[in-house]
Amino acid sequence: MSEAAPGTAPAAAPAVAPGVESVLPQVPRLPDRLVDQLAFPSRDTYTPMVAAFRDAGFEMCSDLCAVDYLTHPGRHLPDGVTPERFEVVVNLLSLSLRQRVRIRVQVPESDPVIDSITDFYPGADAMEREAFDLVGVLFRGHPDMTRILMPEDWEGHPLRKDYGVGRVPVQFKEAPGPR
Amino acid sequence: MSDHDDTGRPDDDSGLPDDDGFGLEATEREHREAEAQRYFVAETYEGAQELRPRGTTSAGELREEVGAVLRLPEGGYVDPSDIDIDRRDDQTMIINMGPQHPSTHGVLRLMLELDGETVLRTKPIIGYLHTGMEKTGEELTYVQGSTNVTRMDYLSPLNNELVFSLATEALLGVELPPRATWIRMLMSELNRVSSHLMWMATNGMDLGSTSMMIYGFREREMVLNFFEKTTGLRMNHNFIRPGGVAADLPDGWEDDIEILCETILARSFEYDELLTGQPIFRERTEGVGNLSAEEALALSATGPILRSTGVPWDLRRTMPYLAYDKLDFDVIVGTYGDNFDRYSVRLNEIRESIKMIRQIAEMMPPGDFRVQDRKVTPPPRARIDESMEALIHHFKIFTEGFRVPEGEAYVAIESPRGELGCYIVSDGTSKPYRMHIRGPSFVNLQTLPLLLRGGLMADAVAVISSVDPVMGEVDR
Repeated sequence: MSEAAPGTAPAAAPAVAPGVESVLPQVPRLPDRLVDQLAFPSRDTYTPMVAAFRDAGFEMCSDLCAVDYLTHPGRHLPDGVTPERFEVVVNLLSLSLRQRVRIRVQVPESDPVIDSITDFYPGADAMEREAFDLVGVLFRGHPDMTRILMPEDWEGHPLRKDYGVGRVPVQFKEAPGPR
Repeated sequence: MSDHDDTGRPDDDSGLPDDDGFGLEATEREHREAEAQRYFVAETYEGAQELRPRGTTSAGELREEVGAVLRLPEGGYVDPSDIDIDRRDDQTMIINMGPQHPSTHGVLRLMLELDGETVLRTKPIIGYLHTGMEKTGEELTYVQGSTNVTRMDYLSPLNNELVFSLATEALLGVELPPRATWIRMLMSELNRVSSHLMWMATNGMDLGSTSMMIYGFREREMVLNFFEKTTGLRMNHNFIRPGGVAADLPDGWEDDIEILCETILARSFEYDELLTGQPIFRERTEGVGNLSAEEALALSATGPILRSTGVPWDLRRTMPYLAYDKLDFDVIVGTYGDNFDRYSVRLNEIRESIKMIRQIAEMMPPGDFRVQDRKVTPPPRARIDESMEALIHHFKIFTEGFRVPEGEAYVAIESPRGELGCYIVSDGTSKPYRMHIRGPSFVNLQTLPLLLRGGLMADAVAVISSVDPVMGEVDR
């Protein structure tokens, strides 16, 4: 559990309410030049942390997506965070503080389930459905966990790295083309 | 399947004679195939996407469904009297609207539960235009990537290219020459004008004003002509690329811009006469599809929808990118969050954008229009004829692309529809490991069930239009 670099977010520190500070020091953080906070909670601390951020004035969940790290395992993570195959990335936005925070949660392949945050941010509804549909991470407690972009009887999750892109053989070469 | 059958048959103890086996085999294979199908589907199947009739929906599910659109950030509480659980199935009717309905702006499909003419429940069903652009983006290099993203929101292609380029540049860490930044800003604002004009046109048509449709398209064509002159294409420009823009502005662009601004600004006041003050238009828009600021924030709505509820949130002002902090402009907000407010926000944003375009044209700095980094920018065409190295560089950039350092970046800009975000994960190669686009229309579409609830079926078209969904971006 590293408290990351001291220069993580000097401007954000006074503006963050005590509720968040009680959650944040327990989770590893990394400095990032594009967002004010970059937090890496575990699956257990994820929902309380999102709730704490919402109470601290982060009114909007601006983005939620999932990433499949199957073929890129060696990414840069802070100490104490075990890389897993899937990662759920949540971008919260505070209109009053004019800040963004990015939360990245590791989700293992054997049990790709994570708690839904639709209780705190109803707007995450469609985004969680999209993450389920395309990457195959299930959100526990989501009111309508169905496919959203693909047909409902589709097999597989297209944005997984082991899901083929489909190939058309190139006529003038033995090797198949890139697509 | 076949080895399944081979191993399965001797074990089978059906006791039926062999001559009868052919029929048995066929039915058994069918049965096994159905089993396997059920197994495979069960792995990924999480239920139907459609709106279910009341008869098969329990009270709890109904409450949850309504809660999903009415839940406020304060908690999961829903007013029980707000859900008509007692209403029986035979009193209501579920009808399909779309995906081929002309006023759904593409292939949006809505399932509406009606009681007479009143809309009770709505479910948008999307995905009819899903072409897997995020997956395609993983297969294309960063050089090719902007041709892909420009096709997402086809009414504001330059904004898509802009957000993709900004995210790539954030990972690359390159500093753009000022002229490139200002050209980007100019094109982005012109695109906002053309996109809003297109919205004015289609919104007018949805409300029965055919003249507005013709006028909107006529003015938009002026902007598109300028785009064609600058980029070579009316749409899907691939003009803003990682590292700058594709070409400098054409000779005499200042005059074109001045004529364009003057004409569109003057005509925007004609729209006032045609629509804003017109009693029929006001009757159909005022107080229709109301949204409060809390609901808009909870549902992550951005852009004109959020601003129409009175929240002055515009990324150009609140989190400036490019050089928007050097411009003087107003953020337009509404009060009631109804159709009329969304109309006036967009109409006034056209005027604000024209104000900004004039400032940009005045302050346009001289210099390079793309970064002079040989690893990112292809050499100028003239150099290729005289220098072997230039030819090699050109070839390398367009076949292999350039490598982008490992890392992740989320960049958001204010597109005509709201917060357009791009999250790129790079693994150090020349292709994005993951490219996620946060489409504003996709998120804004979640407000539809709330906007339509309790309203009239006849207003549904007007409300869909006022949300301004572009299906290319919703489905990606």
